[in-house]
Amino acid sequence: MLGSQPQTGGGKNAAAASTGRPVLSVRDLSVTFRTEEGSVSAVDSVSFDVEAGEVLAVVGESGCGKSVTAMSLGGLLPRSATVTGSVLLEGTELVGASDRQLRGIRGDDLAYIFQEPMTSLNPVFTVGRQIVEVLRLHQGVSARAAKSRAVELLTLVGIPSPARRVDEYPHQLSGGMRQRVMIAMALACGPKVLIADEPTTALDVTVQAAILDLLRDLGKRLGTAIVLITHDLGVVADIADRVVVMYAGRIVETAPTQELFDAPQHHYTTGLLGAVPTAGRRASDGRLQEIPGLVPVLTVQPDACTFAERCPAASDRCRTSRPPLAPEENPGRTVHRFACWHPAGSEEDR
Amino acid sequence: MSTSSAALPGTPSGDPTPESAPALELEDLVMHFGPVRAVDGVSLRVERGRVMALVGESGSGKSTVGRCVVRLLEPTSGTVRLAGTDVTALSRRRLRPHRRDVSIVFQDPASSLDPRLTVGDIVGEPLRLLRLGHSRRERANRVAEALENVGLRRQVAERYPHEMSGGQRQRVSIARALVSSPTLLVADEPTSALDVSVQASVLNLLADLQRDMGFACLFITHDLSAVEYLADDVAVMYLGQLVEQGPRERIFGDPKMPYTQALLSAAPLANPREQRARQRVLLRGDIPSPIDPPPGCRFNTRCPVAVERCVTEVPALRLIAGRQVACHLVHDDGTGPDVRLVETSTSSETLPR
Repeated sequence: MLGSQPQTGGGKNAAAASTGRPVLSVRDLSVTFRTEEGSVSAVDSVSFDVEAGEVLAVVGESGCGKSVTAMSLGGLLPRSATVTGSVLLEGTELVGASDRQLRGIRGDDLAYIFQEPMTSLNPVFTVGRQIVEVLRLHQGVSARAAKSRAVELLTLVGIPSPARRVDEYPHQLSGGMRQRVMIAMALACGPKVLIADEPTTALDVTVQAAILDLLRDLGKRLGTAIVLITHDLGVVADIADRVVVMYAGRIVETAPTQELFDAPQHHYTTGLLGAVPTAGRRASDGRLQEIPGLVPVLTVQPDACTFAERCPAASDRCRTSRPPLAPEENPGRTVHRFACWHPAGSEEDR
Repeated sequence: MSTSSAALPGTPSGDPTPESAPALELEDLVMHFGPVRAVDGVSLRVERGRVMALVGESGSGKSTVGRCVVRLLEPTSGTVRLAGTDVTALSRRRLRPHRRDVSIVFQDPASSLDPRLTVGDIVGEPLRLLRLGHSRRERANRVAEALENVGLRRQVAERYPHEMSGGQRQRVSIARALVSSPTLLVADEPTSALDVSVQASVLNLLADLQRDMGFACLFITHDLSAVEYLADDVAVMYLGQLVEQGPRERIFGDPKMPYTQALLSAAPLANPREQRARQRVLLRGDIPSPIDPPPGCRFNTRCPVAVERCVTEVPALRLIAGRQVACHLVHDDGTGPDVRLVETSTSSETLPR
């Protein structure tokens, strides 16, 4: 879908194909916040890997910890957060890295795009100047080279008349175009990992479709690994290669996308999938699945399944013993794993 | 449900409200905000007991239509008829008896419920303002009943909105909207601010209540899966105008207008196999500004099959193949372009205008 194919920054990530080797490797990542009412556990022992060129979707409802996970990867959380565990980006440990080190990594090897591009762009500078700033800061190129590179990047993300648009201000662009500018900025230095936090939630569906196509295409072509944070199962079905489902700070299930939709095992996943009306479904065909109750706010992570209170299949075991994200071997990559004592797809416990 | 209206006090005698009149009729509704032509000539009709979805993207004017219907906005021109009565130009006082015919539920219950009032006061307010119910006690009973109808315990009447979850608050909004037994409910993106699992419970609730109480509903949304689930009829808006309108199964099964085709194909299905096998139409550019809408067919700047006539001549809504459609390229026999099969060059190479 792209008209031309300019080089990305520094020629990194030339190989677009999946290598089988993770570029981002997250192990036992936990985040707690200190609040006036005591500490709150937001993310608990999260582990996953992302390979080059792969789209990993992290899904869940508000309060599940997906955005906190995303922010913690690049050290973007406020000081009230305590982060433990390990985040390896091509072998470099990010947890505990200095602010200076993280600033060097963010925008270079690790880039973000957020839901609302207007709040992420500076309204008083042209979009070109904002892209140039990233390039000069991280790559030390001349102003002239950076400007022509900015035009290339705008072309790459499908912005019409890039040579003219580069001198425009964010308010002169539509929402979809602004998100394309954000993607251009994020890709300026050829990041290995792009973290996209609800990148299309604020956009209309016809614009969303184009942005999702762009992300998928760029990921495959440039070999960028994409961590896609979303609540929208349609978006997941559209572009994710693998899915991580989070609930109350924990990963409850992870699988390749098709497998997850075909054979969900955790009752939270089945609940989520059953809650969305599918094509052609009418109210007279039966009610949508509801998940009664609320997401708990946890001060400590209990030795129990945190979904047990809302789960139709919960037993005493679920309330007294935490189900591991099984099977345990090779915690980053195993094909289909779920943390449930009574998985939905089995007659009895597996 | 409309039987109650005759028995209630305050109904003006001699009001010609035939039981057969549609719950809502809009005739050539226009709403301009200064130079912004938000709604530009919308005519539609919602029959009693039917659910009509008004769909479109942001800036299409769908919410503005909803606000004109409940008279939160004074339309620039055109007619709003509620249950047969023209309410477009009624004064506040003369409007009051007709307020009972229509209620609205907004997207965000956190900002549409007064935080200083208890849930009971919020739900009871329409009864008080409309002078429905003879006594305090009777009103309290109706409030309790309304709360139970939306799946809340009657005891929540004592509580405040901030003590409730988003889903519960939206139930309170629905209880408030339905306590006066309106003929028409305007639901403006009622599930968009809610989490997926909570959306499901609100959609279930709306479906149950609509079936049991039989009110008509103008369901304003951009969520097409919810439309298919809930609506009987669908009206598609683009840049302030209707482009296609008809029974749900015709619009979803066989959309004629290229914009409808593109819109339906763009909404991702929560099913990877189907979603990835679909023919999608990637539209060029974004929705143009309603300050300076394109001449001719307003969709012509993004339409993959537009011809010269689309730029020069405004297409009228015509009744074709069991729905109304505004497109020069759809023939009288119902044949026409299917942009899902057209090889579009790229999504965004060319500038819209």
